[in-house]
Amino acid sequence: MTWLTWRQFRTQAWLVLTALAALAVALTVTGPNLARLSRSTGLAACQANCEAAADNFVNQAMTVVNSRVYVVALVFMFVLPGIIGVFWGAPLIARELETGTHRLIWNQSVTRTRWLAVKLVGVGLVSMVTAGVFSLAVTWWAAPIDKANLDRMLPMVFPGRGIVPIGYAAFAFVVGVTAGMLVRRTIPAMAVTLVVVVAALVATPLYLRPHLVTPVSFTAPLDTSAMQSVRITETDMTVTGQVNQPGAWVVSNKTVTPSGQPFTGPADLQTCGRANFSKEGCTAWLASLDLRQQASYQPASRFWALQWYETAVFLALSALLSAFCFWWVRRRLA
Amino acid sequence: MTAVIETNGLGRRYGRRQALSDCTLSIPPGRVVGLVGPNGAGKSTLLQLACGLLAPTSGTIEVLGARPASGPAQVARVGFVAQDTPTYAGLSVADHLRLGARLNPGWDDGLATARIRQLGLDPGQKAGKLSGGQRAQLALTLAIAKRPELLILDEPVASLDPLARREFMRTLMEFTAEHEASVVLSSHLVADLERVCDYLIVLAASRVQVAGEVDELLATHHRLTGAARDPATFPAGHQVIQASHTERQSTVIVRSSAPIDDPSCSVDKLDLEDLVLAYMTQAAAVGRTPVLETTR
Repeated sequence: MTWLTWRQFRTQAWLVLTALAALAVALTVTGPNLARLSRSTGLAACQANCEAAADNFVNQAMTVVNSRVYVVALVFMFVLPGIIGVFWGAPLIARELETGTHRLIWNQSVTRTRWLAVKLVGVGLVSMVTAGVFSLAVTWWAAPIDKANLDRMLPMVFPGRGIVPIGYAAFAFVVGVTAGMLVRRTIPAMAVTLVVVVAALVATPLYLRPHLVTPVSFTAPLDTSAMQSVRITETDMTVTGQVNQPGAWVVSNKTVTPSGQPFTGPADLQTCGRANFSKEGCTAWLASLDLRQQASYQPASRFWALQWYETAVFLALSALLSAFCFWWVRRRLA
Repeated sequence: MTAVIETNGLGRRYGRRQALSDCTLSIPPGRVVGLVGPNGAGKSTLLQLACGLLAPTSGTIEVLGARPASGPAQVARVGFVAQDTPTYAGLSVADHLRLGARLNPGWDDGLATARIRQLGLDPGQKAGKLSGGQRAQLALTLAIAKRPELLILDEPVASLDPLARREFMRTLMEFTAEHEASVVLSSHLVADLERVCDYLIVLAASRVQVAGEVDELLATHHRLTGAARDPATFPAGHQVIQASHTERQSTVIVRSSAPIDDPSCSVDKLDLEDLVLAYMTQAAAVGRTPVLETTR
């Protein structure tokens, strides 16, 4: 059964692994130089107040080639779960059902439970190892850049680092298998898989990740001297204060009036209006309102905690879907 | 010896459509069983129930004394060639044999390679490039080489040309003669089965119409032709299967184990085709009546 599974899977495997191998070459060629720069600029050894070292490193490190590799790796880690689900997961069962070969294979001396187990575990493990190895490589390669940018908690970077790609890969793969089993046709199953995987990955930073660990919340007087953004129109005004937490992921950041209502203006057009705008005057007027900042954030120190929790959630979902697949293949599929 | 297939009140429903109902059968071992019936009669359903691809929605079925597909040992005892003889288009003939060898503990590699050579198939050829007849032969080879005690074939020759049909049937008969396996094969054409079967099941309108040894069926069915008469006037031992009347003459097909001794009409033997047609015509007539009632 293992032999047959590999025999059926190897073409799709080579396609994806060849693309990954190209990325691996790019990482190995450029990676050591990044690590060297990180040491020579003092970024690697720096513990606190690293802005100067970071700027120095970024100026030297982000050459055209390195910038491209950085973006390609980022995009790659984003699309890898989709590729695994669509090209490895969806056809696994759908193609057999579509061409009727399940009736051939289920009448060899193999139970369909074992047939599904070998396919699901075999190709599933390949998916997870693939994602794991590449996440490891990308995480290692980008470590100095992430340290300089302090952005690995952000939704654009977080899914492509650490161990979450393993969870995503497992989940996307099992979604593909399940869709194939229910839809029974390869191309529609691929489409369903793509939609479900993309929806899950988009929903994760919006609805799941902020709540895996209760965010740190604070309410403080709004520091009007250092604002993140100020927007003024004729009728209303929105202001956002800074959250001074290096490397943190700001989950929410609101400005409220002393009575607790969201602050929406209107602006005092005498000082903040277009005609006679003065930065000092407007800032002083804003300060006189006694506004407060309500914000919550996930500090940078929680990176690994969030990684573990999120991976666990996706692995648990994968296990549930797998259990459903086994139930379905025994009871409902024929 | 236990029956090859033993069913009791077996039924299978797809949603609201009843594909097979109240099927009670006991097929003795060592037979070549022909399963005939019109398209959509439930032949495939019955065969898929027997090899465990489908689960019954009512009644029970035992194959070789156990529930179909209840475990690897049970699957190993039953060979199945599905309708349209599916094979892996991307795998070569040799790959298919390798697959069979790895997945079946009782695999007879000598038999498989000898058959492929005899058929003149190129082992390196992809199965997707084979002709319909070659593909059917490959599927049959896979099913035979696992050395099953019972071989089930679902319309194996339906899509084959006459020559391929004859070749396929010959291979099948060689196998049953050599290995003393039981075979069940279905077709909607009696001609396919006539020469090879010694046991016949007629399935029509999702029900078993008749089942029995071919010799016995032929010996007990008669066509009576004579002056017009009411079918109800036949003696008790005569079961009227089908009757057709003209103004002056009745033709009645009856089943009777006792010899027919009726001077008022002429008695003829039936051939298998007539016999099957009589049962199918009757089933169609019975099936139509309630439809008319509901639509009136």
